[in-house]
Amino acid sequence: MNINMTLIGQTIAFAIFVWFCIKYVWPPISNALNERQKKIADGLDAASRATRDLELAQERAEQTLRESKEQASQILEQANKRSAQMIEEAREQARAEGERLTANARSEIELEVNRAKEELRAQVSHLAIVGAERVLEASVDEKAHRELLDKLAAEL
Amino acid sequence: MAAGNEVSTTYYIQHHLQNLTFGHHPVNGWSLAHSSEEAVEMGFWAIHLDTMGWSIAMGLLFIWIFRKAGKAATTGVPGGLQNAVEMVVEFIENLTRSTFHGRNPHIAPLALTLFVWILLMNSLKILPVDYGPVLFSKLGVDYMKIVPTTDVNATLGMALGVFGLILYYNFKVKGVGGFARELSLTPFNHWALIPFNLVLEIVSLLVKPFSLAMRLFGNMFAGEVIFILIAMLPFWAIWVLDVPWAIFHILVVTLQAFIFTVLTVVYLSAAHEHH
Repeated sequence: MNINMTLIGQTIAFAIFVWFCIKYVWPPISNALNERQKKIADGLDAASRATRDLELAQERAEQTLRESKEQASQILEQANKRSAQMIEEAREQARAEGERLTANARSEIELEVNRAKEELRAQVSHLAIVGAERVLEASVDEKAHRELLDKLAAEL
Repeated sequence: MAAGNEVSTTYYIQHHLQNLTFGHHPVNGWSLAHSSEEAVEMGFWAIHLDTMGWSIAMGLLFIWIFRKAGKAATTGVPGGLQNAVEMVVEFIENLTRSTFHGRNPHIAPLALTLFVWILLMNSLKILPVDYGPVLFSKLGVDYMKIVPTTDVNATLGMALGVFGLILYYNFKVKGVGGFARELSLTPFNHWALIPFNLVLEIVSLLVKPFSLAMRLFGNMFAGEVIFILIAMLPFWAIWVLDVPWAIFHILVVTLQAFIFTVLTVVYLSAAHEHH
């Protein structure tokens, strides 16, 4: 085992290899590793974000669906109510119209009856006068007995 | 066993553990060492060509693979090579993040270089021990020890590099005064104990690179010796011990690279911390 110049030579070789490694070997590999690490981290991040987004979207869709269902049932209920109301209104209207018509008819009938009564009354008074004329055969002064006859007619 | 057999066994082991040394021999001048004795006689001014060559080759392999993966790196779905490289890078990044408490972008690439480089150098051990020496002796090269981390020069060289970084960051983060204060006033914060603290801290500082280097070298060298011993069995019996040992060494190779890296990061983390 002799110690000789090899010692120095090896130290020089060591220094050169270390220098070369620091300068030209380490940086590209280290950079590539770091960059890939970053890329993978970004990718994972994006994936988890996408999952979260999907969950959110699903939730939102569910909510929208629920809301629209509720709205639809609400609308349906409203329509039902409205239609019932409309039927009720129509019925009411029809009843009122009918009542009005009946009342009209009744008042017309009454009017007619009254007129007939009046006419009858006039005719009776005339008939009475004619009858009295016939009975008496005398000429009763119509003018003179007018008052009496009118009273008679009013009593009919 | 006959004496001749013993000699050849010793020779075999020595041969396999001898580095290809180039240096200035007092007699032969600048030349390759043809024997262990010649290599020793060359003294400090010699260099192990096999250690340097294989370690640089492994370093370049590391740079090439990781640079290629880095250039092709996309932020999309990674391919096979990129996946493997990124796994190692992330492993080191996590290790650094959990062990290193300061803020220094250079620590992680440093740890990556150490881990992969040492792992690759250690992995050469899995190759059969005879391949290197036999193949190269056919090419006319006397010695070839292909696992650089079984050479104490290699491990100590790297540990010295780490030691330099420890000193550099200590001075940079704490300043000369801060570092001196830490050396003299810990663990006992009293002026009377300054000499004692100094001795303790300086010893513990100097021990760091040596423990790093010796741990790696010791493990790898011992493993290599065992491999060589196993290789001297009859050829039909080698696999019985060699295979389990090699499988065990897949663990050792990784573990030692890991320990070297972790301890380096821990030492540098301590260098960044104020007390």
